[in-house]
Amino acid sequence: MAGYLIRRFGTAIVIVLGVTLLTFAMLHIVAPANAAALATLGPKATPAAIKAYDHANGFDRPLIQQYLTYLNRLLHGNLGWSYHFNQSVTALLSEKAPLSAFLSGSSLVLAVVVAVPLGIYQAIKRNTFGDVAATSVTFVLYSMPVFFFAIILIQVFAIALNWVDPGVGQDQSLTAALGNVKDLILPIVALSSTAVAGYSRYQRSSSLDVLAQDYIKVVRAKGLSERLVLGRHLVRNACLPMITLVGISLPALIGGNLLIEFAFNINGLGLLFVNGLQVDDYNIVLAYTLLGAIFTVAGNLIADILLSIADPRIRLV
Amino acid sequence: MSLIDLSLEPAPASQPPEGGEVLVVTSGWRLVLREFLRNKLAVAGVVLLVFFVVFCFLGPLVYHTDQLSTDLTNTDTPPGPGNPMGTDGNGFDVLGRIMLGGQTSLKIGFLSAFIATVIGTLWGAVSGLIGGVVDAVMMRIVDTILSIPFLLIVLIMAHRYGSNTWNMSLILGVFSWLLPARLVRGEVLTLRTRDYVAASKAMGGSNIHLIFKHLIPNAMGTVIVNITFQIADAILALAALGYLNFGVQYPNTDWGDQLSDGVGSLVAGYWWLVYPVGICLVLVVMAFNLIGDGLRDAVDVRLRKR
Repeated sequence: MAGYLIRRFGTAIVIVLGVTLLTFAMLHIVAPANAAALATLGPKATPAAIKAYDHANGFDRPLIQQYLTYLNRLLHGNLGWSYHFNQSVTALLSEKAPLSAFLSGSSLVLAVVVAVPLGIYQAIKRNTFGDVAATSVTFVLYSMPVFFFAIILIQVFAIALNWVDPGVGQDQSLTAALGNVKDLILPIVALSSTAVAGYSRYQRSSSLDVLAQDYIKVVRAKGLSERLVLGRHLVRNACLPMITLVGISLPALIGGNLLIEFAFNINGLGLLFVNGLQVDDYNIVLAYTLLGAIFTVAGNLIADILLSIADPRIRLV
Repeated sequence: MSLIDLSLEPAPASQPPEGGEVLVVTSGWRLVLREFLRNKLAVAGVVLLVFFVVFCFLGPLVYHTDQLSTDLTNTDTPPGPGNPMGTDGNGFDVLGRIMLGGQTSLKIGFLSAFIATVIGTLWGAVSGLIGGVVDAVMMRIVDTILSIPFLLIVLIMAHRYGSNTWNMSLILGVFSWLLPARLVRGEVLTLRTRDYVAASKAMGGSNIHLIFKHLIPNAMGTVIVNITFQIADAILALAALGYLNFGVQYPNTDWGDQLSDGVGSLVAGYWWLVYPVGICLVLVVMAFNLIGDGLRDAVDVRLRKR
């Protein structure tokens, strides 16, 4: 177990280093040259002033040195400066993070809570009306852009039925948004839709695989009640792949979160990313990209550890 | 190939054996096609796809609209005579605009999936065949790019470099080859232990020969199934970019771009700006997913029979 964990941690660190290398490269290649100097000194800065600024900030040093400075800065929790908002990126992101975390977290929980039982139900009732109906609905949801589903929800529940507001209040803080929790229902449901579709399809096929296993036949032949067969033997084994799947789907969750925040005008990290990109504020944009990647790596690491606890066979590899 | 032929006794003049025809009939890809055509949903997917290709690419030849100059005296008109699907906020005919946007979405979908598949297949094959340190490094690179949220990095690149069909296809393709790379590597890891690969190696077949003659052809089933899903994902990603206003630029348009323009008018009740294009988008993505599911099942059958 210890060996497996150490190897897995090592890989995670290597990947995070790789990501920092990539975001660093993008800061230099994608961001327009002299972006920082021009943003600080104004668009009419003289070349001499730009040169002096670059020298003062170390932008003229060798790239490898700049990368090490960048890493050092990241290790101290300094994600750079947003020239557009004139604020440190760390402060900006941590201000918006709770709302996005709540939105994404609750839709992830909702997706798992709906999809796992649904997939298992479909596998048990294979090819019945309920299974076919659920498969059709999830198939359509799976093929639907998450923002189009959001538009339909807004049309039905906000415009036609007028149950909730079409947008979420512009409060930045999570507590203020929770005061109007009714308005968060549509975003959470919309964000979980694609995940429900993907997870339940997977859960269904993984449950079918387990149902075809010999040990299910054995426990049935032993005369175990169907409740025990399903509860103890099917569910436990069929849920194992879900742990990995949730880990793998984290990048999609971050992307979906961005689209949903844009669709409902939620003042979170995704909307900050879009606004930052529109004004070429690459420090914000790449800091969020980096954090998203680290979040994904950490999520996958946790998923692998959980899986190795839940399934002892993994540890032997 | 010629080298190997020289080193062997000339093969006996190939008189097809009596069972020859039968062999051809049950050859792998015939079997796949037969299984695929038996699957009604998959065939429905093909029909849907053909319909949309004809609608988007041949439609404008029959149904002429002006998609270049705005008509501000004729904006947001509901569906009616002259404009069967109404006009949008710039006075463009919506039906013609959907055709134009569909062309972009389909072209970029196909192109980017092709780019991703070529890169991914080669990467996976090389990584799996060589193994060892090279494999480890190549796969850590895949892990690294895969851990970066796709939408974020594609948005950044599209904002900076993407404006037309080619750039956009390249951007989407270059960041989505990771899954095919992993799939092909997995296939190659099992294929490379097969006897015919060992035989080819023993006869002096180079790695390039092995990859192109033995490994990739035998991993083709997996690759082709993946392409269809890859196209569906690319069309969805492009729609997301367009929806966020980072998609292709005027005078070009795509479906996400049109959705985003229409959403603002939803409260005003201009449904024809949102739902026709949205439904087209869902149907096309569904078509590819149906075809992909059908192909996967059909290829599975081939593998089981083999």
